[in-house]
Amino acid sequence: MSDPAMTTASKTGFRFEVWAPAILLLAALMIYVIIAVSTGQTQYLTASNLISILGRSIALGITAIGQTFAILVASIDLSVASLISATAVLASVIMNGDPAMILPAILAALALGGLVGLLNGLVIAKLEVNPLIATLGMSLIIQGCLSAVVSNFAGSVPVEFQLFAYGEIGGLPASLIFLLVLAIAAWVVLRFTKFGSDIYSVGGNKDAARFAGIQTDRVVVYAHIICSVLAAIAGLYLASRLRSGAPWIGSDGVYDLESIAVVVIGGTVLAGGRGGIWGTMAGMMIFSLIDSIFNVAGVDAFAKQVMRGVIIVAAVAFYAVRSKRMVA
Amino acid sequence: MTDQPLSSAEAPKKRALPHINPVYFLLAALIAAILLQNPNFAEPTGYMNFLKRAAPLAILAAGQVYVLVSGGFDLSVGSLITLVVVGSSMLTNNDPSATLWVIPVMLCIGLAVGLINGLVVCFLKVPSLIATLGMMITLTGVSFMWSGGSPRGYLPDTFRFFGRVNIMDIPVIRMLPVALIVLIVVGFALYWLMHRTNFGRMVHAIGDNPQAARLGGVPVNRVRILAFVVSSLSAVVTGILLGGFAGVSTDVGNGYELQAITAAVLGGAQLLGGRGSVPAAIAGALSLQAIFTLLNFLGLPQPVRQVVQGLILIIAVALAMYRRKRTGR
Repeated sequence: MSDPAMTTASKTGFRFEVWAPAILLLAALMIYVIIAVSTGQTQYLTASNLISILGRSIALGITAIGQTFAILVASIDLSVASLISATAVLASVIMNGDPAMILPAILAALALGGLVGLLNGLVIAKLEVNPLIATLGMSLIIQGCLSAVVSNFAGSVPVEFQLFAYGEIGGLPASLIFLLVLAIAAWVVLRFTKFGSDIYSVGGNKDAARFAGIQTDRVVVYAHIICSVLAAIAGLYLASRLRSGAPWIGSDGVYDLESIAVVVIGGTVLAGGRGGIWGTMAGMMIFSLIDSIFNVAGVDAFAKQVMRGVIIVAAVAFYAVRSKRMVA
Repeated sequence: MTDQPLSSAEAPKKRALPHINPVYFLLAALIAAILLQNPNFAEPTGYMNFLKRAAPLAILAAGQVYVLVSGGFDLSVGSLITLVVVGSSMLTNNDPSATLWVIPVMLCIGLAVGLINGLVVCFLKVPSLIATLGMMITLTGVSFMWSGGSPRGYLPDTFRFFGRVNIMDIPVIRMLPVALIVLIVVGFALYWLMHRTNFGRMVHAIGDNPQAARLGGVPVNRVRILAFVVSSLSAVVTGILLGGFAGVSTDVGNGYELQAITAAVLGGAQLLGGRGSVPAAIAGALSLQAIFTLLNFLGLPQPVRQVVQGLILIIAVALAMYRRKRTGR
């Protein structure tokens, strides 16, 4: 996929692709500060406010870390949103206010995530169904099954489990620390393990990876399992935050498309094989900053949506416009 | 894909069954099943109403095929449909004579949306998935802004003519919905453009191998932009038809982009380009509508529809891949 002439050229000196997410993040931060100062709303500039901005996009961040794995192997996962709803409902129904049931509920949610990821991966790798179609189909199946069973908030989450979303460790929200730990773990896997380098090779050029002796099918399946398990964790987080699970929380948050947008804004290439976790984290922060900028500037809700669409495209164009490759 | 000339050289030997697109068998089987469930379907009112309901999706799928074959996706069509319905209701403002200029305005909006999609993909090098996703979010926002969040009023009857009216007292078939006439005209035009002109061949070429197409002298960017324009224009037509029988709301177009892709894929269109057919996509749309009708007759609720649509999507593509591997095409 990658143009050999381009990569060798960019290795010497400044590598734009590596720094682009940081540049975008810095730009977003500057705009935020400028708007907050110029409108005289300096109360938005405190550290606690910045942390609360991040706190609003924990679920998106967790999902996006998983999505990064899927996109890096040149796949994609559109089923995360409905999986988030399904695991949130499942967990909250199993717990049903009983602290003793927390562990079984977590295990059940993770198992559901693993199963969905396994199915996605197998359909994509073994049946060679286009990942977009496979996961879209999976999304419809999950959502259909879910809405057939529940139609409103179901079950409830015991106070102990709400600590996941509302607890604090040393002044920082526990969930933020959890996200950071997840990101570091994902970074370690991608950067320092054989599996991580396999992911990049499969995403970069599947045939070459297979000839090099990598079991490409297995890598794709594992990447999807990781993606779905992380979506399940995001579902658990949302159940804890909302104190109950409802069948629409995933689709309401548009976690499928937003997580893809976050990953792509973070510089991971949709065609696979290039990108990384820290880009995705930067993408998540950019996303939450954009929202806060609109809030501070007092932009009308509908105009906000119009600009959001334009910004997503513009941010991706920021990287893509320099590439010599053809896209479709 | 790459050994196209090889397989076409072998083609004359066995021209029998394998060359008929399986979607037609699927459609026939589904219609047979509907007839078994409900013999009234054989009456003109039965099948004409079915075709009328299926017409918008069929037109949309036929347009989506252009973008799919060129190697991209167009996710913005659903929100464009919404914009057309909401915008038309705002512009006509209950004035029946306004229809005459509102429809051209809507077509111009479609043209502009398609152009922007195409330009962003070609010159800003944004993958079409993201480019049209951004367009989808933007257009949804525009619909909300335009209508102030709660669209009111209704479309005048002159506007609803295309989607709603049946021409009665026709011999043999008794009634003929205007929507069906629109489907036949638009469908034939899109078929001709895709399968009988150089443009259609170039769309296939850039979807199959853009580098080779460029070296072969195809104006890749121009063809790709035009493919997006065709898709957007078909979405406008779909919106005009849907405005006829659905009410005015900000969610009329929801989910249509995915249904259109499903229909095109059922018709054998290959994602990421190079293969697809307009008539088969229309048949795919009819099949999808037939499945929904069948589920309705069986009294199955909405969630089951979703599950069935998901299963069909995966199975259709898996079978197509299996066939392609086995026949080596």
